[in-house]
Amino acid sequence: MTEMQTTTAAEGYVTADGRQIGGVLMDLKGITLRFGGVEAIKNISFDIRQGEIRAIIGPNGAGKSSMLNVISGFYVPQEGEVWFKGEKRGPMKPYEVARLGIARTFQNIALFDGMSVLDNIMTGRLNRMKAGFLSQAIWWGAAEREEIENRAAVERIIDFLEIQNIRKTPVGRLPYGLKKRVELARALAAEPGLLLLDEPMAGMNVEEKEDMSRFILDVNDEFGTTIALIEHDMGVVMDLSDRVVVMDYGRKIGDGTPDEVRNNQEVIDAYLGVAHD
Amino acid sequence: MLYREAGDFKTGYRSDGQTFPIRLDRWGYYALVAVAFLVVPFLINDYWANAVLVPFLIYAIAALGLNILTGYAGQVSLGTGGFMAVGAYAVYKLMTAFPDVSIVIHILLAGGITAIVGMLFGLPSLRIKGFYLAVATLAAQFFLVWLFNKVPWFYNYSASGQITAPERTVLGMAVTGPATSAPAKYLICLCFVFVLAWLARNLTRGTLGRKWMAIRDMDIAAEIIGVNPLTAKLSAFAISSFFVGIAGALLFSVYLGAAEVGEAFGINKSFLVLFMIIIGGLGSIFGSFAGAAFMVLLPVFLKNVLVGSLGWPTDLAAHIELMIVGALIIVFLIVEPHGLARLWALAKEKLRLWPFPH
Repeated sequence: MTEMQTTTAAEGYVTADGRQIGGVLMDLKGITLRFGGVEAIKNISFDIRQGEIRAIIGPNGAGKSSMLNVISGFYVPQEGEVWFKGEKRGPMKPYEVARLGIARTFQNIALFDGMSVLDNIMTGRLNRMKAGFLSQAIWWGAAEREEIENRAAVERIIDFLEIQNIRKTPVGRLPYGLKKRVELARALAAEPGLLLLDEPMAGMNVEEKEDMSRFILDVNDEFGTTIALIEHDMGVVMDLSDRVVVMDYGRKIGDGTPDEVRNNQEVIDAYLGVAHD
Repeated sequence: MLYREAGDFKTGYRSDGQTFPIRLDRWGYYALVAVAFLVVPFLINDYWANAVLVPFLIYAIAALGLNILTGYAGQVSLGTGGFMAVGAYAVYKLMTAFPDVSIVIHILLAGGITAIVGMLFGLPSLRIKGFYLAVATLAAQFFLVWLFNKVPWFYNYSASGQITAPERTVLGMAVTGPATSAPAKYLICLCFVFVLAWLARNLTRGTLGRKWMAIRDMDIAAEIIGVNPLTAKLSAFAISSFFVGIAGALLFSVYLGAAEVGEAFGINKSFLVLFMIIIGGLGSIFGSFAGAAFMVLLPVFLKNVLVGSLGWPTDLAAHIELMIVGALIIVFLIVEPHGLARLWALAKEKLRLWPFPH
């Protein structure tokens, strides 16, 4: 544990590949989440720092998705505090959290199937569009101007993720891997301060995983977006992330750089099982 | 001159986002509008106005309204007839209470009043969805009809319980009352349709429309990307009811002239408009028009063929007509569940590649 202390000094740290990580962006303190009598998360504390890629891993049922739902404001924990950008976050509706600059993708894709790729990504920018009702009704002034400005921003993301050729295709017709990419595009369109990815590579083949990994690194690198992700593919997690939280049965059993986590006996036991004698 | 987008280069996001991206479509639309405004009024007679064009235009407004709520925002409503009654009774009360104010303003105000009523009955949508919401709006249908029957104030204590539209003029032309000419009826409805369709298009292409569609397609995801479901759903109810209220006001004041609430605005109307948008295409402006045309024109067409051409007795034709319309609806829904709008889109897609589809 002493090692971890040195890597997370107050002003941040420098990663193995030489990126400077900033101060604490989100701080979770003593989070406990219950569903009736079941404790899905038991007194977990960790922080997410400005500019880092933070992974949450653990065996099935460890409470990772619940943790992500707490961060995104979908679940309100019974105990504990969520601090974001130095302010304590009270109980909020999910759409209010979105307005704070937290965007996410879902384990089971949650796109709007009836809309085109372009419209789906445009929904990511809804919170930036402030034109009044009248202006929208007559499509004059602010509404049209905003539409064009935001379209330009969305087109940059479309270029970035290399989905130009499908921009007018209804999302329902796309294959799985592309849907995942469109969902990432929608989350990016919000220009979030914190991006949450719930199993971004679930169900993908190796090539798609490589693409997605590259996009995640590029997002972090080019936009400086802080990313918290859940992923089962250990190879991917260890390569991508700067620091890893390991959960098991709702408890935190490890926290640190990929190397530290890899050598943590408790983590190895959780994944491989322990012989009962 | 082929139906192509090739050569029609878009140089900005503004032109890429226009309603008719293909040049031929655009010209077709301009031509249609020109004919509707400049040619039809001079040719129209009472039969065409009363049997075909005026009901088509009025139901197109109602279908647009319901399509905003059901097709775009995904909230099922069976209260359309009731909301049309609100529009009709509102315009009747306003016409009789303020005879000096223009009927156009009264019709718009009637739409506004219906919007408020619609929002009230939309409140359950915040807690219930799908079939359960349909039942809640069905309650609105029965309650509103009952209310307008029960409270004599709404029909100005008239002995028959009916409401009758007094004569009102726009620019010196009578548009309501028995003396109204066919072109006047047609033109006032056409003006409302033109403006309202344009508003519907604008509202559904921008921020508000995307919020509605996000709620329709996946409400939880919509909330997480920052859509407030309360404002999105209630705004859909309000705007939808505004359209439906105007349709009700026009149906009573311009088309029927006199109305009895249970007969003119019963549950049949709710289903009729719902069929229109299902057959026309949910979530499509064009579909609202196509559906209204289908449901208004088909009975007229069948009647002309059966009685006029084949010489069947009228009562037999009337029953056969109902059966044929019903059967066609079923066949149609099996063949193309996404409605006429989808067929139209497919036809255009084919046409774009014609004559070299490979």
